[in-house]
Amino acid sequence: MKIKKLVVAFCSGLVLGAFSIVPAMAADESDPNKEQFIPVLTYKTGPFAAGGSGFAGGMEDYMTLLNNRDGGINGIKLVWEECDYGYNTERGVECYERLKGKGLKGAPVFQPLSTGVTYALLERAAADKITLIFLGYGRTDATQGRVFPWGFPAVTNYWNQSTTKLAFIAQQEGGFDKLKGMKIVNLHLKHPYGIETIPVWNAMAAKFGFEVTHIPVPWPGIDQKSLWLQIRKIQPNYVINRNWGISCTVPLKEAARIGFPSDHIIGVWWCGAEEDAIPAGAAAKGYITSAFHGTGTDFPVIQDIFQHVYGVMKGNIAMTRVGSVYYLRGISAGIITTEVIRKAQEKYGVGPISGEEFRWAMENLDLTAERIAELGATNVVPPFKITCDDHEGGGATFFQQWDGSGWKKITDWIQPLDDITRPMIEASAAKYAEEKGITPRSGMSMGTDCG
Amino acid sequence: MLYRETGQFKTSYKGDMAIFTIRQDRWALIAVLVFVVIGVPLIASQHVIAGYLVPFLIWSLAAIGLNILTGYTGQLSLGHGAFMAVGAYSAYNLASRVPELPIILVFLLAGLIAAVFGILVGSPSLRIKGFYLAVATLAAQFFVEWVFATYPWFVGGAASMVIDTPPMDIFGYRISSHLDNYYLVAGFVVVGALFAKNLVRSEIGRAWMAIRDMDVAAEVIGIRPLYTKLSAFAVSSFYGGVAGALYAFCYVKSVDFTAFDLFVSLKVLFMVIIGGMGSILGCFLGAAFIVILPIVLNEIAHLFAGQVPSALLTNLEHMIFGGLIIFFLIVEPHGLARLWTTMKEKLRLWPFPH
Amino acid sequence: MLMELAFAIEVLIAGLLSGVMYSLVALGFVLIFKASGVFNFAQGAMVLFAALTFVRILEMGVNFWLAVAIALAVMILLAIIIERVMLRPLVAQPVIILFMATIGLNYFLEGLAQGIWDSQVHGLDIGIPDVPWMSVLESTNILISLFDVWSAVICGILVLLLAFFFQKGRIGRALRAVADDNQAAMSVGIPLQLIWAIVWAAAGLVALVAGTLWGQRLGVQFSISLVALKALPVLILGGFNSIAGAIIGGLIIGATEKLAEVYLGPIIGGGIESWSAYFIAMLFLIFRPQGLFGEEIIERV
Repeated sequence: MKIKKLVVAFCSGLVLGAFSIVPAMAADESDPNKEQFIPVLTYKTGPFAAGGSGFAGGMEDYMTLLNNRDGGINGIKLVWEECDYGYNTERGVECYERLKGKGLKGAPVFQPLSTGVTYALLERAAADKITLIFLGYGRTDATQGRVFPWGFPAVTNYWNQSTTKLAFIAQQEGGFDKLKGMKIVNLHLKHPYGIETIPVWNAMAAKFGFEVTHIPVPWPGIDQKSLWLQIRKIQPNYVINRNWGISCTVPLKEAARIGFPSDHIIGVWWCGAEEDAIPAGAAAKGYITSAFHGTGTDFPVIQDIFQHVYGVMKGNIAMTRVGSVYYLRGISAGIITTEVIRKAQEKYGVGPISGEEFRWAMENLDLTAERIAELGATNVVPPFKITCDDHEGGGATFFQQWDGSGWKKITDWIQPLDDITRPMIEASAAKYAEEKGITPRSGMSMGTDCG
Repeated sequence: MLYRETGQFKTSYKGDMAIFTIRQDRWALIAVLVFVVIGVPLIASQHVIAGYLVPFLIWSLAAIGLNILTGYTGQLSLGHGAFMAVGAYSAYNLASRVPELPIILVFLLAGLIAAVFGILVGSPSLRIKGFYLAVATLAAQFFVEWVFATYPWFVGGAASMVIDTPPMDIFGYRISSHLDNYYLVAGFVVVGALFAKNLVRSEIGRAWMAIRDMDVAAEVIGIRPLYTKLSAFAVSSFYGGVAGALYAFCYVKSVDFTAFDLFVSLKVLFMVIIGGMGSILGCFLGAAFIVILPIVLNEIAHLFAGQVPSALLTNLEHMIFGGLIIFFLIVEPHGLARLWTTMKEKLRLWPFPH
Repeated sequence: MLMELAFAIEVLIAGLLSGVMYSLVALGFVLIFKASGVFNFAQGAMVLFAALTFVRILEMGVNFWLAVAIALAVMILLAIIIERVMLRPLVAQPVIILFMATIGLNYFLEGLAQGIWDSQVHGLDIGIPDVPWMSVLESTNILISLFDVWSAVICGILVLLLAFFFQKGRIGRALRAVADDNQAAMSVGIPLQLIWAIVWAAAGLVALVAGTLWGQRLGVQFSISLVALKALPVLILGGFNSIAGAIIGGLIIGATEKLAEVYLGPIIGGGIESWSAYFIAMLFLIFRPQGLFGEEIIERV
């Protein structure tokens, strides 16, 4: 049994190798008092690799930039550890448990990068006093900071995004009164993330008098023929593409084969990356998605990254992907995280920041256009201001169109229809508070004025 | 040398029928139990308890359930995730709609509901056999996922179809820390494992094995195939249901229908095969292999962070994990439990093997 | 009324053509099951591996047919390695053990494919247009995609080739002997190892074709390994060891699942494609427990 021996030798070699080779960690003078730990949850292989790896790459590149160019934040170096959880909620929870205690004062903030993990961590993070930022994903009702002190759906949440899509459609058609009698199909993944916006679309349909049909896409959505035959029968004016990964691309192809115009498909920002459009080839041309940050390399901050990060071979991702949508999302996450740390240092002194300190700074964050310009990141992050009542801090989005090779911004910032979403957020948060026995904060609470 | 049974005589029928006939085994079991109750909280960090041990125990319980069906009764199931889902959602609905129910009773009732569902799913097993039976369980798998994704009633009307488990109280004591959760889970697993161990040695257990070995022959010697197969389905899904409820309440605390998808069913099946079909101990070994090994590999990979591209590390992790599965199967096709038995046999004679 | 009828026919045809695409994936499973009784869980990973290899070689600027040849060579090499390293030591083990080994292989191949190449999304255009067949659309208002028709043709050719190869000649006979009884075939001197390597190589070829066609539609990325899920009900319905069964099963599953989704889905909640195929398969099985084309099970004590 020579083969058997070979196999045995090979496999045990692999294992032993993995265990025994202690990597030559650069033994530089690391002082925990001078380091700020940031956990990075990601997924770099599997069906959603594009999103996870791009996001982590951008965020890490931005932190490397601060370390290399400025020597960290006020002299505090940023250190981080990745945990690849493969978009699996259970593994995501394990990653959280693993990383939360690292660093002098523990991890101050987590960005779960998945709706499922966000839901699973909300309670744990509150118990552990760690801030959660979910940049542009669920859960929407965490916008009400009185009930969710530790959760921040920063910049824009899903419900407001849906209203900006409608506002965009109204803009295209020439006014909200034109919506009456229109037909819109909400093509969504049958997944908590996809289902989350159904009530908003129903509310908007009732208010503006259009007809909405919700068509669920069973996961993984690689064959959507029957759904698109239904769409062909309905003959809608617009189709909302609310999918994730491969199921974002398939609709573009299916639309082309039934002759549905691609510029009447409006995608969510998780369906608005190069990786979603490129595989569809010519069928993607004209496809429109919402967005809350710019793309491309035409920003001073990206040029700095080329110089200070890739110039010294410290990049965290293939250089060809610098400037892509998910990369820029990572950059914006990096900017927000580090600006919050800066703000916390102003109040609590220069040094590592704890979860509680981070939370306070996040809740009092006012990222102004001037500050963003100073960072060389105009249009990379929108200006926004968080308050106790509003953990989203804005909600405006813009729209971009695929021109066959890249995304082009085609609108200015569009404001959400707060009058529709706000009561829904209040109601949903109140229900959560009741179920969990949470008393909504009021007055001065956790260092913030909650009115 | 230490592991020797010389001088241990069985003097009564009771002694002969004990679960662990060798004194050292009994001591080992007691040592393990003591370790579980006292040792773990002393040694293990919060991370080890919450990230490793709790999921490990829950998956072990799920694997025991599947092992009863697949390992002992020979009925292939690719729908164990569905039973877990039914358990989790039943427990959620019971606990949130009838808050007066004690939580332990909630878990047991959830298991019973899952058992009823299991009987339903298992009913075609008399007609359809072998790999083809997998279709019935697969249909259940996808159907259950779909039901919990479609009808808001099951999730208490949440817009995103995610359930957040309500807080748990036992005799007025609020289960909150990781350690509390650990004790609760460990209690269920210990009782469940001992019960299962006894069950498979009982009359019904022997009937299951007869069906597994050859169902036509079993029928000839007077075993009722329908009753036997369905009882295996019921017991199996009871365990699955309790495990699912524990998973939702004591581990993730917030689950949606994707938490119990096909890959969960496959994962439990892997545990049973790798651990050893028809072995309760194997369920624990298999769960450790499938749940803990990837995490350990992931932590090892971290030592190389910065030197090797991280995406490559993740891929290497997968390759090593896959390679280890093949490796263990080649070394011992009957699972880790058999490897353990072989080791014990050798230990008995050690250091004089001849 | 006429419109309704045209729509129903459209759904039916779309379903049948979808079914062909499922059959293509199912074929790979059937080949291996037929020869070795192994349910190859790694077939999806093989599709991914083949398609990624192909698309990355193509991206290097290699000629199309040369890239096909190289990818095919890689798949054959892979088959030989799998047979040597994994199957040979496990010969004469129970089926479930071999099944588990292919699960290990699945993890390994997923890691290998994405490790050698990468986890990015790669566009693949093999020049088949994915647009409606205009002449049919204009004359009958029934929409049929040209791409689907082409896939059906390619799939048909592939099936004929495989059927010919496995029915005629020495290898065909040896293969059928192995499928019938491993032990007996070995004892009359048929080289089991060689047959297995050939079968796995053939499954690799099927994976390459399936990966290319699906890759053109979806882009080559990890998710194309998920097409294996679509093949599962087809296999169960058609029988694990019948090539014809895989084709007919694919057609039935494709057509009924599309019809169910369009006509039943909106009434009870939508997205029922995920389980309707299994219900259909189960209904068939209650009447024919060995699958449509499976061999009759004779039970002896």
